[in-house]
Amino acid sequence: MKIYVPGDSAAISVGADEVAAAIASKVSGATIIRNGSRGALWLEPMVEVETAKGRVAYGPVTAEDIDSLIAADFLVGGAHPLCQGLTEEIEWLASQDRVTFKRVGVIDPFSLAEYEAHGGLVGLRRAISLTSSAIIDEVTESGLRGRGGAGFPAGIKWKTVAGAASDQKYICCNADEGDSGTFADRMLIEGDPFTLIEGMTIAAIAVGATQGYVYLRSEYPYAIKTLQKAIDIAHAFGWLGSSVLGSAFAFDLKIRVGAGSYVCGEETAMLESIEGKRGVVRAKPPLPAIEGLFGKPTVINNVLTLSSVPAVMADGAAAYKARGVGRSLGTQVFQLAGNIKRGGIVEKAFGVSIDEMVNGYGGGTLSGTPIRAVQIGGPLGAYFAAAQFETSLDYESMLAAGGMLGHGGIVLFDESVDLAQQARFAMSFCAVESCGKCTPCRIGSTRGVETIDLIIKGVSVDENKKLLLDLCEVMTDGSLCAMGGLTPMPVKSAMINFPEDFTGEVSRR
Amino acid sequence: MKYSPWSKDAALVVLATLREEKGPVLMALQAIQNEFGYVHGEAVGLVANFFNKSRADVHGVLTFYHDLRTTPATDNQISICVAEACQAVGSRQLEKDVKTKFGAEVHDGYCFGNCALGPCAMVNGAIVGRATLDKIAKART
Repeated sequence: MKIYVPGDSAAISVGADEVAAAIASKVSGATIIRNGSRGALWLEPMVEVETAKGRVAYGPVTAEDIDSLIAADFLVGGAHPLCQGLTEEIEWLASQDRVTFKRVGVIDPFSLAEYEAHGGLVGLRRAISLTSSAIIDEVTESGLRGRGGAGFPAGIKWKTVAGAASDQKYICCNADEGDSGTFADRMLIEGDPFTLIEGMTIAAIAVGATQGYVYLRSEYPYAIKTLQKAIDIAHAFGWLGSSVLGSAFAFDLKIRVGAGSYVCGEETAMLESIEGKRGVVRAKPPLPAIEGLFGKPTVINNVLTLSSVPAVMADGAAAYKARGVGRSLGTQVFQLAGNIKRGGIVEKAFGVSIDEMVNGYGGGTLSGTPIRAVQIGGPLGAYFAAAQFETSLDYESMLAAGGMLGHGGIVLFDESVDLAQQARFAMSFCAVESCGKCTPCRIGSTRGVETIDLIIKGVSVDENKKLLLDLCEVMTDGSLCAMGGLTPMPVKSAMINFPEDFTGEVSRR
Repeated sequence: MKYSPWSKDAALVVLATLREEKGPVLMALQAIQNEFGYVHGEAVGLVANFFNKSRADVHGVLTFYHDLRTTPATDNQISICVAEACQAVGSRQLEKDVKTKFGAEVHDGYCFGNCALGPCAMVNGAIVGRATLDKIAKART
């Protein structure tokens, strides 16, 4: 009998290993599969048992619950206060549109047989049979845009690299998921690593690259282990190596582990870091697509972008772009985080509202008090107030609302949040993490902290607010990359949407 | 966590495994830290010589990255996430409490990708969700 206990690090953080150990010691003859997480993180550790009717879920389970679960015959789906019914029928999951995440939590992350049984490798096999330009056309036609935050069309980038003449080209996967409130890259890698490897292999075949690197954060030790094991399996299977699945294409893959620098999530700083140097941002041009890693043409895409490619190639561009709105096509993997009742992964077509995410799926705050602020798109994203919750979550609408979608992270704050403190944190985070290349970012961030401190203390509030806005403008216009360029976004949005927190009056609420 | 005592010879064995890598300096410093718990001052010249780089190149890398340490690590390593999603569920107070109790063992972390089950801590490489002072103390032993 099969029992699923997620090996995802979020599940482990709340006791999944202890639950797995308790089941192993108390249930004889059980086959425990450490799957990825289904993404309903408030139910973790969520144990699933395979029954004649389908998989039945129990959660959140602790090791102490195992005795009562056994007494309730949970192995055949028996009734228990923690029983969530059939996993496929849990409304929170059933109402999602899983494309990139369709196998995460479903399969054993290390079973190639299960991967193939659930549609894996179909896209790669098709890509092998196509010409380079046919693959790139398909990806371009699908409307797939960079899921790391910038939203640049993936097919266009690939075409540039394919057209660059060089003896060596690279595929670099940006898995430096440093934004607070985002964890989709990690969960995909821990739950379905073969999908990322497949996407990178397709990209390599499309542009003529033979070496890939995954730049993965040191803060994700579980993901590093999982991905390395999956790469080893793919090697042994004849997928990676000198002949990809028996074809004339060669592709190899290495992990490079980050060293705790946020700015290395910026693509050119990431290249420097993979080259073993300080993670200092490069000026563009030259574009990395022309002169990237070690000076060679390089495709740089985020984990979710590359992991969406297998589905595009397997089901075709038309099926992918049938989802979404306007120029935001396909699905976005939203991540619900912070002070939230039902946090986790929600994959939906672009165009759902903030409200649907934070109140619908999220169920409001964990503390039960009203949501006061929502930060979308990581530490460089804007703070929104409840009045803006009807905004559609797509690239263009978010931009029009003075924010950005970023990597799809949505962080909830309850009534206790002080937006002046959040604005101060944005500046101080930039001061800690700036690579130091551009003066507005390196020095402006420290001046920003000092100015916000004066506002908080009530010193010449109006003058200092004006000064802060001026500083924001200099940082936005005078920084090479998004670190300095977008740090003003959380600061300004906090000032505009929550002016009552910037009056300098200590007892304002 | 147990580390080997610093030794140049042992460090050269570590570096030899990276001889074929492209752009090896950061990897080399990480490998040395994994082996010895920190990057000893002598390692800078050693890495520079081994990979034919200048000492300035190696020093530059060593001082850029938050992960790299130049002094021996404490026996226990506790990292508290102080980024926004964890702030929203009380990480600022937790960080203060844990620092009061465990002092130099405690470092600020910026996101462990566990943002729906915060506050999050990393204790000796193991992840702790819905972290409290008690849970962290338990994971530490």
